[in-house]
Amino acid sequence: MTNRADGDPARCRAVTAKGTPCRNPAGPAGLCARHERQLRDAAAQAEPPPRPDAAAGAGAGGGEADAGPGDQAVPEALAPFLDWAEEALEFLRRRLTGDYPIDEFGYDPELVQHVLAPLLRPLYRHWWRVEVRGLEHVPDTGAALVVGNHAGTLPFDATMVALALLDEHPAHRTLRMLAADLAFTMPVVAPLARKSGNTLACNEDAQRLLEAGALVGVWPEGYKGLGKPFRDRYRLQRFGRGGFVEVALRTGTPIVPVAVVGSEEIYPMLTNLRRVARLLGVPYVPVTPTFPLLGPLGLVPLPSKWVIEFCPPIETSGFGPEAVLDPMAVFDLTDQVRDTIQQTVYKNLVTRGGVFL
Amino acid sequence: MAGRRVLVTGAARSTGRRLVATLDADPAVASVVAIDDALPPEPFGTKVEFLRVDLRSPALVRVLQSTGVDTCVHLGVTAEPLAAGGRATMKERNVLGTMQLLAAAYHAPELRRLVLKSSTAVYGAAPGDPAVWRESMDPGTPRHGFGKDSIEVEDYVRSFDRRRPDVAVTVLRLANQVGPTVDNPLTRYFALPVCPVVFGFDPRLQFLHEEDAQAVLARAVLGPAVDGTFNVAGDGVVLLSQAIRIAGRPSVPIPEPLVSSVAELLRRTVDFSPEQARFLQYGRVADTTAAREELGFKPTWSSLAAFEDFAAVRLQRLVTEEQLVRLERDVLAVLRRAAAWLGSGART
Repeated sequence: MTNRADGDPARCRAVTAKGTPCRNPAGPAGLCARHERQLRDAAAQAEPPPRPDAAAGAGAGGGEADAGPGDQAVPEALAPFLDWAEEALEFLRRRLTGDYPIDEFGYDPELVQHVLAPLLRPLYRHWWRVEVRGLEHVPDTGAALVVGNHAGTLPFDATMVALALLDEHPAHRTLRMLAADLAFTMPVVAPLARKSGNTLACNEDAQRLLEAGALVGVWPEGYKGLGKPFRDRYRLQRFGRGGFVEVALRTGTPIVPVAVVGSEEIYPMLTNLRRVARLLGVPYVPVTPTFPLLGPLGLVPLPSKWVIEFCPPIETSGFGPEAVLDPMAVFDLTDQVRDTIQQTVYKNLVTRGGVFL
Repeated sequence: MAGRRVLVTGAARSTGRRLVATLDADPAVASVVAIDDALPPEPFGTKVEFLRVDLRSPALVRVLQSTGVDTCVHLGVTAEPLAAGGRATMKERNVLGTMQLLAAAYHAPELRRLVLKSSTAVYGAAPGDPAVWRESMDPGTPRHGFGKDSIEVEDYVRSFDRRRPDVAVTVLRLANQVGPTVDNPLTRYFALPVCPVVFGFDPRLQFLHEEDAQAVLARAVLGPAVDGTFNVAGDGVVLLSQAIRIAGRPSVPIPEPLVSSVAELLRRTVDFSPEQARFLQYGRVADTTAAREELGFKPTWSSLAAFEDFAAVRLQRLVTEEQLVRLERDVLAVLRRAAAWLGSGART
């Protein structure tokens, strides 16, 4: 077991079998529970004490009794699987005993890293084949407000932007997203939203996150964008009341517009069942070519080709915090952000070529 | 200078008893007047004069004037309707009791300091709330029960603050207390054999260790006087699911339409006031920067550590962590053997 280089005191200082720094939270000895046990077991093995499970392992090895005790009996091809199983079991145990960190907004980094991101990654890589441009416009450290277009009935575009920043940005940045209040009233969705890094889209939360130096994502079109019919695709809706610009001005945070192409085609919404939606208390109930026609199968999103482009940041620190009081400045900035996204969307639509290829 | 003379209301209950004991042991305090309408389980120390007075009785003015107290600590706001003798009585005791106390305090010329133990319950619990409450934010949603009482009590205290500018008023909004000896609706909830939770919700909670609660009250009474309102809670947050797992209890998800009837059941068993069901659905988190910077108070226990301390002392886990570690090892050993067997099978 070797020690990691970056010396983050909050994390375990060991290096995993894969050669990456261990991401588990460190205990009092500076190691996570797993590596501490490994160290202890290694010390125990050096003295050869009676090890019942090692003996059993060698016994079950049958034909390779000469292979020695324990781990060596395991064939090479299965070793990664065992490593994975060990990690998974340890993760499961810590979840079961409540031993995992949560930040004040309810963000659960371990759940994202070990469960949510791995679930979404196949969609990102193979289903929608997301192509990311302009990652250099997102700062490596410090606050920035990522503002994007919103479409596709379900907010997959937000999760894909977040995954792009987590996986492909050199600093592997976590995007903290601002979600609509509906998300926090719905069972199951509410805790999932918080654990995956969302918080309520209100000035207080946005400002708190930005002041803490977080990368914050906001989708000012809201439901108007998400639930717009397919015929209006790639036409950006009104940008709320510019609340995001006010927060950016107040905190002097740069705004990074992001244009997402591809999300419009995942659930092409032909019409909206308004009465049903009102009955269910949701903003819209879409009818797509496959939903509700094919039932649950209709929930499978179409495999459109995605392009996500981050645009050059728009600096707001030059305006000073007093600019918040000037509605004209706020409107102008809002329009500038919206235009940037709209133009980039048009540009990438042309270069994308086919919708599904 | 003669020592401090402190009046403590709600002195017979756990927080009050501990504060009175701390004050009794402090050389700077000359005398303590402890008030409650119930008798304390054991007698107080030598410096303490216990008076069994209802806050709503007119005798309070005479007590305040004759004892010449310089500090008044108001701990008499209760969150337990059943123990208080019903919700109506609870409201009467909380709100009218405070009004009477403040009316009497207005006529106490030697009073220089007023400390109110309030609660983060003033912020309520709603899905549309900001993630982290600051003292200056306006908790706008309509409320009832203990939260509303606390808001009204704070309002009266603030108006007292305006009428008596010579009195420093410190309002402490404490998060839910836990600890080895705390007995409140929330600790009773976690001690239930199974913890009912609202299906599909996992609120963020904050806890305050009883030692920290006592320390911050002692700080407000004995330290330099500070005017203002302060949130007091352990650092960090704990999810309800996390807390229940630390408590080693199984949780039972209750669908939202059934929550009110289960809450009614809980009300009878653990003395939950109705808005606490909402607290266990949406949770709340308060910012403690002001307490740290202006009051100079930093809790020694984080929310998680406080809860773990409470769970370790008071709760018996169904499955211990050691058992889980052993199970984890056993499963791994089985997997290793299976892998080894597969490997040997492939070669022969």
